[in-house]
Amino acid sequence: MFSLHGYGPSIFEGTILTLEVSLASLFIAMLLGMGGALAKVSHSIVLRGLATLYTTVIRGIPDLVLMLLVFFGGQVLVNQLAPMLGYDEYIDINPFIAGVLTIGFIFGAYMTETFRGAILAVNKGQLEAGYAYGMSRVMVFRRILFPQMVRHALPGFGNNWMVLVKTTALVSIIGLDDMVRKASMAAGATRMPFTFYVVVAINFLLITTVSIYLLKYLENRYSLGVRRN
Amino acid sequence: MDFSIITSNIDVYLEGMKNTLILVSISLVIGLLLAVPLAVLRVVGNSFVQIPIRIFVYFFRGTPLLVQMFLVYYGLGQFDFIRESFVWPLFKEAYFCALLTFSLNTCAYTVEILRGSMVATPHGEVEAATAAGMSKFLMLRRIILPSAFRRALPAYSNEIIFMLHGSALASVITIVDITGAARIINSRYYSPYEAFITAALFYMAITFTLVFLIRQLEKKWHAHLQPENQSVVKIEAPHENITG
Repeated sequence: MFSLHGYGPSIFEGTILTLEVSLASLFIAMLLGMGGALAKVSHSIVLRGLATLYTTVIRGIPDLVLMLLVFFGGQVLVNQLAPMLGYDEYIDINPFIAGVLTIGFIFGAYMTETFRGAILAVNKGQLEAGYAYGMSRVMVFRRILFPQMVRHALPGFGNNWMVLVKTTALVSIIGLDDMVRKASMAAGATRMPFTFYVVVAINFLLITTVSIYLLKYLENRYSLGVRRN
Repeated sequence: MDFSIITSNIDVYLEGMKNTLILVSISLVIGLLLAVPLAVLRVVGNSFVQIPIRIFVYFFRGTPLLVQMFLVYYGLGQFDFIRESFVWPLFKEAYFCALLTFSLNTCAYTVEILRGSMVATPHGEVEAATAAGMSKFLMLRRIILPSAFRRALPAYSNEIIFMLHGSALASVITIVDITGAARIINSRYYSPYEAFITAALFYMAITFTLVFLIRQLEKKWHAHLQPENQSVVKIEAPHENITG
């Protein structure tokens, strides 16, 4: 049952693509999450409202629906805009970009909540002390807030990361050759769907298990200055 | 955007909503019914019982729901002994496969949620129950489980929403749920905005109704935790750690 009939390298390529999609989405999610969290703790009602709208809407919609909306909707949008800019040919939207943007956008909302909690967990007096020393807002963020919020953010961040990796399986539905789609193709050719999907499942388990150990290491590193029992 | 396409095809969406609600509610009920005994065994059982449950939970929480669904729907057909057995007519049905996968998936997450809340039972309560001469089973029924359920509610409400969102995957294996309805409308009229935004609105309506209902339940179950002179406790927004 566990001969892959020469499809091993193809699945491996798919695994690499899955990791690429995951990391690229994570990058976008972290940017959006940081922006969203800072907006949520800011003094501006408009920023807070926007950030709250963002996180609430994302919680209400399944990731697959959002991805299909971005993929098919983006296609229509691009082809409506392109003639105005002078292109006449039909443009296919890149599923990698659609997938990464959607996943990044969704997990940006979860990261917003994680980072917001972490910001609030940092002792306010320390920030005030920073301002009292004449530090600028940017410097207070870089020297005081950020180094301390990492510790509080890591558990939630790790949780989001592992859900994110599993969500990348959805990009196979919009036609990106990640490991799930590679497995589907191999399954179709060899008539061994179970074998190939089990291989993919094991790959996901490997990624999450390695992530757990890495995150534990990071958590220990960032809590060096904290006494625990 | 032209939403007249939607109003003239609203019956497709309503059919989809019916299927989504059936899939989600049946999976949640089966998942919860299986999860309670499994969580108890996971906590009190010896390692022969614990290890298979751990593997079950590890597998279903560590792999994507989509892959699990493909394993059941496409994968099992690979084996002749299943194709020739009496269960094959069931496994040929997309609906049955989706229900089975969703139930097992939510069961695994729920086992973990319940385990966490059972382990968090204060020692004093267990000691008091022992001192009062309760048997293990009675203690479980009267002391540990009721308070564990209460503690599990916030995380479990996340799991309910997670299952609702996960159920959109059923559309991938030909089931016409809300997402399936949107895909039909999109391919029929080539109108992705109308089709998927309508689906999104349906899901949001269901999500926020569920969140509202769970809040009512939390108010009732957590009534003893409410501070005096304050009728409504601000409960933390659900869905923060969606793996629970």
